[in-house]
Amino acid sequence: MSWRPIPGEVAVEAPPIKPKLELKGRISRSLVEEISRAKGEPEWMLRLRLRSLELFEKLPTPSWLTGVEELDLEELAHYVHPDFERAASWEDLPEPIRAVYEKLGLPEAERKALAGLAAQLESETVYLSFRKYLEGRGVILMDMGEAVQRYPDLVKRYFMRLFPPSDHKFAALHGALWSGGVFLYVPEGVELEAPIEAFFFVASDLLSQFEHSIIVAGDRSSVHFIEGCAAPMLRRYSFHDGMVEVYVGEGARAKFTTLQNWSRNIINFNNKRALLERGGSIEWVEIALGSKVTYTYPSVILRGEGAKASIYSLTFARAGDWKDTGAKVLHLAPRTSSEVVSKSVSVEGGVSVYRGLVRVAEGAKGSIASVKCESLVLDRESRAYTYPRNEVEEAEATVVHEASVGRLSDDVLFYLRSRGLREPDARKLVVLGYVGDFIDRLKDSMSGLFLEYYAVLKRVLETEFEEMGGYG
Amino acid sequence: MSGLEVEGIHVRVNEELVLKGVTLRVPNSSVVVLMGPNGSGKSTLAYAVMGHPRYRVEKGRILLDGDDVTGLKPEERALRGLFLAFQSPPTVESVRVGTLIREALARRGFPFSESEAIALLERVGLNRSYLPRGVHDGFSGGERKRLELAQALILKPRFVVMDEPDSGLDVEGVKLLASEVAGLAESGAAVLVITHNPRTAEILAPDRVAVLVSGRIVAEGGLELVREIGERGYEVVAG
Repeated sequence: MSWRPIPGEVAVEAPPIKPKLELKGRISRSLVEEISRAKGEPEWMLRLRLRSLELFEKLPTPSWLTGVEELDLEELAHYVHPDFERAASWEDLPEPIRAVYEKLGLPEAERKALAGLAAQLESETVYLSFRKYLEGRGVILMDMGEAVQRYPDLVKRYFMRLFPPSDHKFAALHGALWSGGVFLYVPEGVELEAPIEAFFFVASDLLSQFEHSIIVAGDRSSVHFIEGCAAPMLRRYSFHDGMVEVYVGEGARAKFTTLQNWSRNIINFNNKRALLERGGSIEWVEIALGSKVTYTYPSVILRGEGAKASIYSLTFARAGDWKDTGAKVLHLAPRTSSEVVSKSVSVEGGVSVYRGLVRVAEGAKGSIASVKCESLVLDRESRAYTYPRNEVEEAEATVVHEASVGRLSDDVLFYLRSRGLREPDARKLVVLGYVGDFIDRLKDSMSGLFLEYYAVLKRVLETEFEEMGGYG
Repeated sequence: MSGLEVEGIHVRVNEELVLKGVTLRVPNSSVVVLMGPNGSGKSTLAYAVMGHPRYRVEKGRILLDGDDVTGLKPEERALRGLFLAFQSPPTVESVRVGTLIREALARRGFPFSESEAIALLERVGLNRSYLPRGVHDGFSGGERKRLELAQALILKPRFVVMDEPDSGLDVEGVKLLASEVAGLAESGAAVLVITHNPRTAEILAPDRVAVLVSGRIVAEGGLELVREIGERGYEVVAG
């Protein structure tokens, strides 16, 4: 295959964006009102935004945030609407924009492997299409702004109910300024046989992107949602503060795969949470290749008996990077289970951090949680930190935690070189072996139509890690 | 001369001068045993011959079939046919045994045959279940030594240095080692085996024995030297 769905900064250049509307500067009531007006929102959404704004102003900036010193919210454009309308076919997009998406491989990915695709540019969804037969089965895939207008009662039941603006300062900021993202509703008993993808592209310097996506998997339904992110190399930086809320009904199965490949001058905050009912399951895969600074911790609330979560994350941190990732799992019902596997690679002075929480509430009898976090540090300048926390209030529960930091020591390098491998090849072998184990785990969970996507994913990862492992 | 030669090398590790003018010759198709007490510099010699960056050769030369390799990188020496079986090989958990063997063979232009690799693993007392495991990951001391030996057999080196290949092996294991060492020499390799165990030295039945004490070769000879060490100790031999 010649296409790469998620290329990095090298592969794309910024398309020229002429905004139809651009709102920038100080974050104020009037700015929030103007965004809401531009999007033609109902009153309840404006109230949610304004309440979020109040919270943003009141809540403190977390003291442990690091690497975001250059972030100056007042110099950013918070809402940029490109000067063309949303298209349902690639031909209807302006040529330079279409060319970027073609280079990103999206049209071909859609044709070959996806049931639906939404593409966001700056603050708005500019492309959205999905298989017609799904509409007949009651599936809704829609730009979030449009869903607010067309299905207000449905959206109101879910929007920031799981991840309230009061959660932290940047959740509140998101609530005040959100735009874009998708609303995916899969009715009871409907199984989507191919994934739905949402792709987020930041084209401009000094922009903030706040997409909000909601996935509702009805009882006994199944869905695989793929999230991709990319940006060209920017002169200064841009800011991403997205949010995802996933509602998994009884006996439903959801997979959520993120391949975050922002260019290296994106400051990336991501707020992700899932709520699972009885017998529901989610597999959350978070691969953080790009960005300079990332803070993201997919969280799962196991509310129903027998609900099950797997969270796999893979990050890598290069020179100047701070990758702060992790997972949170709350076991609130009996016989719930969770597995967290986190892997990171740090090189050239990059810093990887794992922050995790497993909480087993009283009454969650027979629940099982396992956390395994591994860090590979490739040189003396790089760092890996692990901050796991377990809160177990139920005696009849099992919580297992393993953490390890592996260093690529001089002795290992010498050993591999003594077998005839050049030093860069030795590093590459170690890193690919470390990542390969993770890729194999992904492969096990992907089947049928997903295999094609997996093949591309594997190649992108290997390219990234070969480059990193073979440095020097 | 063809074979492995060490000519008057002085080797410094950190600030300490460990080897102080060591000369040793291991002709092709022969086995030389190097004995010496703990701390005499045996492993330093092994690392220096292989080219470990922390073991600096300040004087002298290392020759492979007459070519000076003193300034070469470890991988360049390896591709000229040198192999070091480590005394304490590190664990490389993310690299599978099979992958390491395949990569090492590829660097030498040899094809990888899984059945041949399995046969050689079995010959040293391991089996096919080791191929997908991380290199030395969770291995016992004896298993580590067996995997080092297996690699020596698979890569078909022309110059072999084995650093205490007998430690962790039972008597049967040492006999197996001796048989494979003899096989390597028969196939034309120059084999240097480092040990401080006189019993191992006897079982190996080497062509020659050298004794290293305090960074200097203090005696060279045949098996009678081993018996003398066994009976009277290194100090007397160093005499």
